[in-house]
Amino acid sequence: MRRLPTWLMLAAAASYAFLYLPLIIVVVYSFNDSRLNAEWVGFTLDWYRALLADEEMLIAARNSLLIALVSSCVATLLGTLAGLGMHRWRPAWLPLLVITPVAMPEILLGVSLLVFFIQLMHLTLGFLSVVLAHITFSIGFVAIVVRARLAGMDESIFEAALDLGATPWQSFRLVTFPLILPAVVAGFLMAFTLSLDDFVITFFTAGVGVSTLPLQIYSMIKIAVTPEVNAVSTLLMLLTLLLVILASRLDKGFMKGSA
Amino acid sequence: MPLLEIRRVTRRFGAFEAVKEVSFGVEAGEFFTLLGPSGCGKTTLLRMIAGFDLPDAGQILLDGKDLAHTPAERRPVHTVFQNFALFPHLTVAKNVAFPLRMAGLADAEIRRRTAEALDMVHLGELAEHYPNEISGGQKQRVALARGLVNRPRLLLLDEPLGALDLKLREEMQMELIKLQREVGITFVFVTHAQNEALALSHRIAVMNAGRVVQLDAPSRIYGFPASRFVADFIGNCNLLEAEVRAVEAGRLRLHVAGLGEIVAPAAADIQSGERGLLALRPEQVRIAAEADPGWANRFPGEVRDFLYVGDVTTYQVLLDNGYTLQALMPNAAPGRARFHETGDRVMVGWPAEAGHYVRD
Repeated sequence: MRRLPTWLMLAAAASYAFLYLPLIIVVVYSFNDSRLNAEWVGFTLDWYRALLADEEMLIAARNSLLIALVSSCVATLLGTLAGLGMHRWRPAWLPLLVITPVAMPEILLGVSLLVFFIQLMHLTLGFLSVVLAHITFSIGFVAIVVRARLAGMDESIFEAALDLGATPWQSFRLVTFPLILPAVVAGFLMAFTLSLDDFVITFFTAGVGVSTLPLQIYSMIKIAVTPEVNAVSTLLMLLTLLLVILASRLDKGFMKGSA
Repeated sequence: MPLLEIRRVTRRFGAFEAVKEVSFGVEAGEFFTLLGPSGCGKTTLLRMIAGFDLPDAGQILLDGKDLAHTPAERRPVHTVFQNFALFPHLTVAKNVAFPLRMAGLADAEIRRRTAEALDMVHLGELAEHYPNEISGGQKQRVALARGLVNRPRLLLLDEPLGALDLKLREEMQMELIKLQREVGITFVFVTHAQNEALALSHRIAVMNAGRVVQLDAPSRIYGFPASRFVADFIGNCNLLEAEVRAVEAGRLRLHVAGLGEIVAPAAADIQSGERGLLALRPEQVRIAAEADPGWANRFPGEVRDFLYVGDVTTYQVLLDNGYTLQALMPNAAPGRARFHETGDRVMVGWPAEAGHYVRD
C-alpha cells in the first residue's frame, strides 16, 4: 500500500486532535484531584464516588437507561417493520414519512411534539412523553439500516425459501429474519445511543416530572463545570462508544457470508 | 397424460405480452428445455410454473391438476436459480436439509437423506462449510442437491450454468445429464445458450417474443429449423433467399437470385412458385481448390477471411455474384491447420441432400 504524503498525515492528525482533544480533556479532568478544571493536581476517584452518592444523578441515570431501553425496543420493532415494508412493496411515500424525522432539525421536532402532546393528546409531560418522542425520531434510523441490509441481498433467496416448501411465516423466521438480524441489532444499538444522548427533544418533552442524564448534566453546568460533570460525561461517553463500536461491528458482516 | 401441461397460457405486464397463448406438454422423466433470447418470455413462464407468478389467462396443470390455487410452497416443484440462491447463513448441509425440514420429516430421516444428496453431488466433505467458503461449481452442486433432495415431481432450472466459466460449464453439463438420468426427475431447463440446449435436452421449445416457435428434438431443431428465426438463432447458418421452381420426388429445384439453380432436399407441403430460404449449415458447405463430382451445387469464389479456432476453421467465401457463404472445415489432418489463405480462388459446394428449405 502507498504511504500518505506527510502534509496529509499532519492535516489528518490536526483534524482528529480538534475532534477528540476536548473529549480527552474531559476524561482526564474527571480524575483530577481538584475542584477547578485548571491544572492537574493528582489522581483521584473521588468524583466517581461523589456521583454514586448523588441521589438526583442516580435517578437521572436510571431514567435515561429505562427510556433508552423502552424507546429503542419499540423503535426497533416498528423500524424493522417499516424497513421490511419499504423493501417489499416499495411504496413511494413511506420512505419520505419514515426518514423525515431523521432529517428534521431537532428543535422543530421537539417543539412540534410538545404542542402535539399537550394540545392534542392532553398528555401530562413525563416519562411517557419522552419515550414517545424518542421512539418517533429513532424509527427512521432503524428502518434505514434494515432496508440497506435487505437491498444488498439477492431477492431469489427469499423466493428459494418459498420454493422449497417454507410457508411465508417460516420463510421470514428461518431466512429473512436471521439475515437482517445484524442490521436489526445495529439499529437497536443506534436507537439506544440516540435516546441516551438526546438533549433537545428530551428538554421539550420531559416537563418537570422526569430528568435524564443529559438534562441533569445541563442543569449542573449552569452553575459551573464541576469535576463531577466530567466524571458522568466520561461514563456516558464510554457507554456510547461501546454501543457505537458494537453496532458498527454487527452491521459490517458479523454474519457469515452476505453474498 | 403429460406430467406438466401448459394450456394457452398468457401473461401480460401492462400493455406488454410477455407470454402469448403458449401450450405444450412435458412428459415424466423428460429433460425439457425452454430456449430463446432474453426477453422471449421463457423465465416468465418458468416463474409461473414455480408459482412466483400467475398467468393472466390459460392453465398450468401438474398430473392433470390445475395449479392456479396452489401457492409456490405447496407445489411439488423446486427451482435451481441462476445465482444459486443458497441461504448464506446456513451451512451446505443445512441448505440441503431445508426442504426436508419444511416437509416435516424426522431428524434421523433428514440426516440420512441430506448425506445421500450430498454424496450424489460429491460434496460430502463440504457439509459444514458456508456458501461463501465454496467455489461457484460447488455452489451449483449444492443448489442441485437442495432442489432434488426431497424428490420433487419437477425440477426447474433457470440458466443455472450462466454464472460458471466455460470449462466448468461443460463439466456441469455432463453432470446434469448424468444426474437427471440417475434420479429420473423431470427437468425443465431455461437457457439462452443454444449449444447448452442442444447438448442437454430430450426436447427443446424455442421461444421468441412470447411464443413457442418450434418444439422438437435437438437434432430436428438444428437440422430442420421451421423458420428464419430458429435457423438463425440455433448455431451458425447460411440463409439464401430462394424461390421454389419445381417440386420433384425427394428434391426441390430452387432459384437463388444471382446464383442460379440449387438442388435441395424436399420438405412437406411445398408449392412450386413460393418463396423462402435455404438454410445451409457451414459444416455442410465444402471448400476445395477443385470441385468434387459429388457436389450437386457448386460455385466459384474467393476466400475473404478465415477464423481459426483450433479444432475447426471457418472460411468466409465471397461468391462471384456477391454472396458470402460460411464454410467450416475440421482441422483433422495432423500438422495442417490451414488449407486455404485469404485471397485464394476456391470452389465451394454441397450435395443435393444438404440444406433445408424454410418457408419465410
